[in-house]
Amino acid sequence: MIGGLFIYNHKGEVLISRVYRDDIGRNAVDAFRVNVIHARQQVRSPVTNIARTSFFHVKRSNIWLAAVTKQNVNAAMVFEFLYKMCDVMTAYFGKISEENIKNNFVLIYELLDEILDFGYPQNSETGALKTFITQTGIKSQSKEEQSQITSQVTGQIGWRREGIKYRRNELFLDVLESVNLLMSPQGQVLSAHVSGRVVMKSYLSGMPECKFGMNDKIVIDKQGKGGATDEAGKSDLGGSGGGGGKQSIAIDDCTFHQCVRLSKFDAERSISFIPPDGECELMRYRTTKDIILPFRVIPLVREVGRTKLEVKVVIKSNFKPSLLAQKIEVRIPTPLNTSGVQVICMKGKAKYKASENAIVWKIKRMAGMKESQISAEIELLPTNDKKKWARPPISMNFEVPFAPSGLKVRYLKVFEPKLNYSDHDVIKWVRYIGRSGIYETRC
Amino acid sequence: MTDSKYFTTTKKGEIFELKAELNSDKKEKKKEAVKKVIASMTVGKDVSALFPDVVNCMQTDNLELKKLVYLYLMNYAKSQPDMAIMAVNTFVKDCEDPNPLIRALAVRTMGCIRVDKITEYLCEPLRKCLKDEDPYVRKTAAVCVAKLHDINAQLVEDQGFLDTLKDLISDSNPMVVANAVAALSEIAESHPNSNLLDLNPQSINKLLTALNECTEWGQIFILDCLANYAPRDDRESQSICERVTPRLSHANSAVVLSAVKVLMKFMEMLPKDLDYYGTLLKKLAPPLVTLLSAEPELQYVALRNINLIVQKRPEILKHEMKVFFVKYNDPIYVKLEKLDIMIRLASQANIAQVLAELKEYATEVDVDFVRKAVRAIGRCAIKVEQSAERCVSTLLDLIQTKVNYVVQEAIVVIKDIFRKYPNKYESVIATLCENLDSLDEPEARAAMIWIVGEYAERIDNADELLESFLEGFHDESTQVQLQLLTAIVKLFLKKPTETQELVQQVLSLATQDSDNPDLRDRGYIYWRLLSTDPVAAKEVVLAEKPLISEETDLIEPTLLEELICHIGTLASVYHKPPSAFVEGSRGVMHKRLPARTGSGESTESPDVGTIAGGSGTETAPSIIPSQGDLLGDLLNLDLAPPTTTGPPPPTSGMQMGGMDLLGGGLDSLLGGDIGGSAAMGAGFGAVPAVMPASLNAPMGGGLGDLFDLGGGVGMPLGAYIPPKTVWLPAMKAKGLEISGTFARRAGVIQMELTLTNKAMSVMTDFAIQFNRNSFGLAPAGPLQVLSPLSPNQTIEVSLPLSTVGPVMKMEPLNNLQVAVKNNIDVFYFSCQYPISMLFVEDGKMERQVFLATWKDIPNENESQFQIKDCHLNSDAASNKLQASNIFTIAKRTVEGQDMLYMSIKLSNGIWVLAELRVQTGNPNYTDLEISVKCRAPEVSQCVFQCCEAVLKN
Repeated sequence: MIGGLFIYNHKGEVLISRVYRDDIGRNAVDAFRVNVIHARQQVRSPVTNIARTSFFHVKRSNIWLAAVTKQNVNAAMVFEFLYKMCDVMTAYFGKISEENIKNNFVLIYELLDEILDFGYPQNSETGALKTFITQTGIKSQSKEEQSQITSQVTGQIGWRREGIKYRRNELFLDVLESVNLLMSPQGQVLSAHVSGRVVMKSYLSGMPECKFGMNDKIVIDKQGKGGATDEAGKSDLGGSGGGGGKQSIAIDDCTFHQCVRLSKFDAERSISFIPPDGECELMRYRTTKDIILPFRVIPLVREVGRTKLEVKVVIKSNFKPSLLAQKIEVRIPTPLNTSGVQVICMKGKAKYKASENAIVWKIKRMAGMKESQISAEIELLPTNDKKKWARPPISMNFEVPFAPSGLKVRYLKVFEPKLNYSDHDVIKWVRYIGRSGIYETRC
Repeated sequence: MTDSKYFTTTKKGEIFELKAELNSDKKEKKKEAVKKVIASMTVGKDVSALFPDVVNCMQTDNLELKKLVYLYLMNYAKSQPDMAIMAVNTFVKDCEDPNPLIRALAVRTMGCIRVDKITEYLCEPLRKCLKDEDPYVRKTAAVCVAKLHDINAQLVEDQGFLDTLKDLISDSNPMVVANAVAALSEIAESHPNSNLLDLNPQSINKLLTALNECTEWGQIFILDCLANYAPRDDRESQSICERVTPRLSHANSAVVLSAVKVLMKFMEMLPKDLDYYGTLLKKLAPPLVTLLSAEPELQYVALRNINLIVQKRPEILKHEMKVFFVKYNDPIYVKLEKLDIMIRLASQANIAQVLAELKEYATEVDVDFVRKAVRAIGRCAIKVEQSAERCVSTLLDLIQTKVNYVVQEAIVVIKDIFRKYPNKYESVIATLCENLDSLDEPEARAAMIWIVGEYAERIDNADELLESFLEGFHDESTQVQLQLLTAIVKLFLKKPTETQELVQQVLSLATQDSDNPDLRDRGYIYWRLLSTDPVAAKEVVLAEKPLISEETDLIEPTLLEELICHIGTLASVYHKPPSAFVEGSRGVMHKRLPARTGSGESTESPDVGTIAGGSGTETAPSIIPSQGDLLGDLLNLDLAPPTTTGPPPPTSGMQMGGMDLLGGGLDSLLGGDIGGSAAMGAGFGAVPAVMPASLNAPMGGGLGDLFDLGGGVGMPLGAYIPPKTVWLPAMKAKGLEISGTFARRAGVIQMELTLTNKAMSVMTDFAIQFNRNSFGLAPAGPLQVLSPLSPNQTIEVSLPLSTVGPVMKMEPLNNLQVAVKNNIDVFYFSCQYPISMLFVEDGKMERQVFLATWKDIPNENESQFQIKDCHLNSDAASNKLQASNIFTIAKRTVEGQDMLYMSIKLSNGIWVLAELRVQTGNPNYTDLEISVKCRAPEVSQCVFQCCEAVLKN
């Protein structure tokens, strides 16, 4: 298991040092500084073995976190723990910086004592931790409070405490997708995938049992066969799809927050859970089939002699005319020996950025089913370089108000049997945001 | 709140001031002072002098202050054991506190204080806490048992804490269960023979139930523990798999990887024709792909594991090539790993895409990455024959860039391509020669020299080129010197007239002016060869070289199996068994995959499916050296194995820097003569270029090898010949009795017959015919019975056999139906020949080829057998087997077990690979175990019978 945990600043000075195991000595602290932080080379591996001691390290801004061990530990667990440690610290005091760490070092020691025992990660849910570890010292607790804390920390739902009350029961669902594309100059899709997240922010009283439904192909097909009427489908949560009227989507893979009952998902493919209070990432997923590509880029590059290039790029928006895409940016690479560029664009602003070797074309907003065009003349310096220009792909950035995967939230039902509010009393909000991941068209 | 001020006190007399503050009456001031002390402690200042003052602050109802004091105590108690005793009372009192948080805090802290006197006082409170009504206290106490065990194992046993801990596995609270599992697993690791984690179907069921309820970390503890269980049969295995698969959708990558480990392991036991087996395979791919969208550090861990999974079960990810394409902003360690997996997944179907990508990568900035990409192109050429031409032209394009390291790397891989496809791409030699001057790395120089020597007859100025290298002979690295020596000898043998002077020069440089014994010895051998028998020299030096195999960087199968059992852990990241980097008793246990039920006797063998803490003779990871042997050396192949030649690629570079410091772990694991490099090679997919091992390796081996070849293929005496048996009794054949046996003499299979005439009349006109049989055995000539056989006369006849007759599969496989005719009648009988008759003399496989072939043959083709009561040591066994053309390729000794790796080639070209395990340490254990792997699994049984017969005679 983890033998010790150190936090360093960028100079290699120790800010936090907590040793759990006898086999980790003070010299380990120095070994890491000398071999990794002060090493001239960039990091060649996130796991470094120095004198039979293994160091797992991650860097957040210019703070290093290093977990140290001499045993054959579960490496994936150690990294997951380090990330979790960062999350916990952020939840307590914001950005991870030298200043913040120094200001909260007592708190950090207290947290480390709690979430890592003899190198074994314990409960690391901030929700639970905050009930008994606070920045402003320890409150005195009544006996009931104490037993409530301990049962929550060790309980089956360590991520939520009992007795939460809201006057207004409200929940927000964000479907955040990033759509990735690699397209050939002829418009053939070489690879495309969407990686999405469903982020839930909930302000619900008590211990609400939630059930989340989406247009998962497997579920819809099953229901179709069973002939069951889907009352939840009539719910007002239907998203505003951008493209066609796709009924269901095939999900390649998905992972869930630990609050979701996985065995239930495996058996019935239903997503049920008691959510943590506040924000959590309920689910991550990946799809590759029938993706709605919000934009199509049509490039045309013509070499006029040896010293001139003519570039014409058309972009077409491919979604409902009533929707608006935002923050559109097209990046057209130019050769290294470019001496001058003239650009004309129909919409937005375009600029040649010599330092980035690219023409950057920005459009604030664009409705669906529209098209726009840019043409540029690129003057080149004659060079002796025989090597041809490699023509890097044209990349694009944008944000659209729908889910390019076609995912739709069908329902999110809330049951709280002990309290007197029903599913209908909960105010629910759903938002879809599709962003570009790596969205490239070769030219 | 600005606690940062505590970090900035660097005044003199600080300790004195702190002391005063600690003894202050004001609570606030005290707390401030303790904070300052902790801050000083953190930055590494020695504040142990304040021990009594800090401990005095312990008696407080302020929990925050208490925690700070505890932190101090954990750090310094060991250096001040006598004073630490002062704290005991407070601890004991706190363990009785009504607040469960304080009870837990006390027991948790007490366990961290490694002072014997304190530990004694810990026992009673710990016992209470283990049975505390509050689960928070119990889960803390469970871990405390592991702490105490680390300090004083005997005490824990004497106090009966282990039993209490075992009881906690049935606790109602899932977190208590998880921590108890973690503690027991850790304790079990240091007691390999105890049966602490008494895993049985009932306890497994409890664990699986807790798995659904506990925290993400608890799930990891439980899954890692489950992975050590050996299910009794495939049904149990399947039911566990079914309950573990939901974990594949967990957001925590470690949960996913640990679940993958359990599934990969238990899958071994499932029959492949089971529907569920296919379903499971399909379920594994998506979560593995999803791991690649995690943070880069986790991606790295995932990729190192995927590398293993792809080697073990290529089918899982064979369609997922694209996800391993390198992204522009991936960190370098992710890029390098992805590249490795891309090559493993490359196949004819996707090679075009892969090549296009690799070409892109070769123009990147990071030198290591570019080198690896260039190397990868070469590996693709060797792996996918159809793409070889395209790869070569890509490499030529890259050489044209004149980027120094790209050119050198390209030359090294082109040499490998020449070795894989001789006489195909030599037209590019001219281009290569143009770059001769720019080569400054030994490996590239050596590769180029090899090419010049090998193709000396096609390069007009080969002598000039080689001569130019000769000028600075003594400044070259050994690798280049050896290569230059061989290349010039080759040149001389090809163009003897013009190069006599040159060869003399190099021989004298090597033998007279060099301190390097390796170089000197090789020089002498060439010299003697050339002076005594130039024709023989030609045969040896210009002998046809074996083709290189495509996958030389595969992890040796036994090690791979072990690493699969360690998925998710450091071992899987380093690609080394835990014993290579963990000190002490932990990690010495070797894990193995469970055997499929019903395959031979394997289920009964003690070392299958070891439980952590279970007993058993463990096979250590055996590493077959992947370097060409010394014979190969003399044959000028000393560039080490192809495709992985050269400075260790960056993968290893980045870790080996640290790993080197690890010292002898690996060496001792390997035994001296193989040297660390082979293991590194196996572990990191790279083998250092020169064989440092060969420097101190006994030259005798090399000579032996040389003579082995020179000595020709003469059949060593002593091949096993079964005694003659009666095949045709006289009763059934009108007085003719035939008994016989089979032998292989000097490469010829012979049927040795004894014909006895027990009838009253003379027998003449003998003839023999075989029915079609499994291996196409047929008489190579007529049955030579020259004189008539008179009554009561016996005659011995030897009938040479060929293996070119018609083939039909027989049952049993080695059954032969024979018809013998004489002047009286035709008689039919059938006999069984030992399959060893069919083992040909050139059945010694190259090591790399062996490794690749072993990997290549699917696991279900492996059968295991036991040979009972065989009193042989491994050398004797090896000799006996060798006499029957069962060749030992490598031998490893691990923990009292000798492992012999053997190859056999049948007359019809079928290769049979075998692993023989001999217990050397234990004279009472006389059973040998043999695993046989062959593409045609039918022959395994016959081969085994043969081995048994050979070994027992």
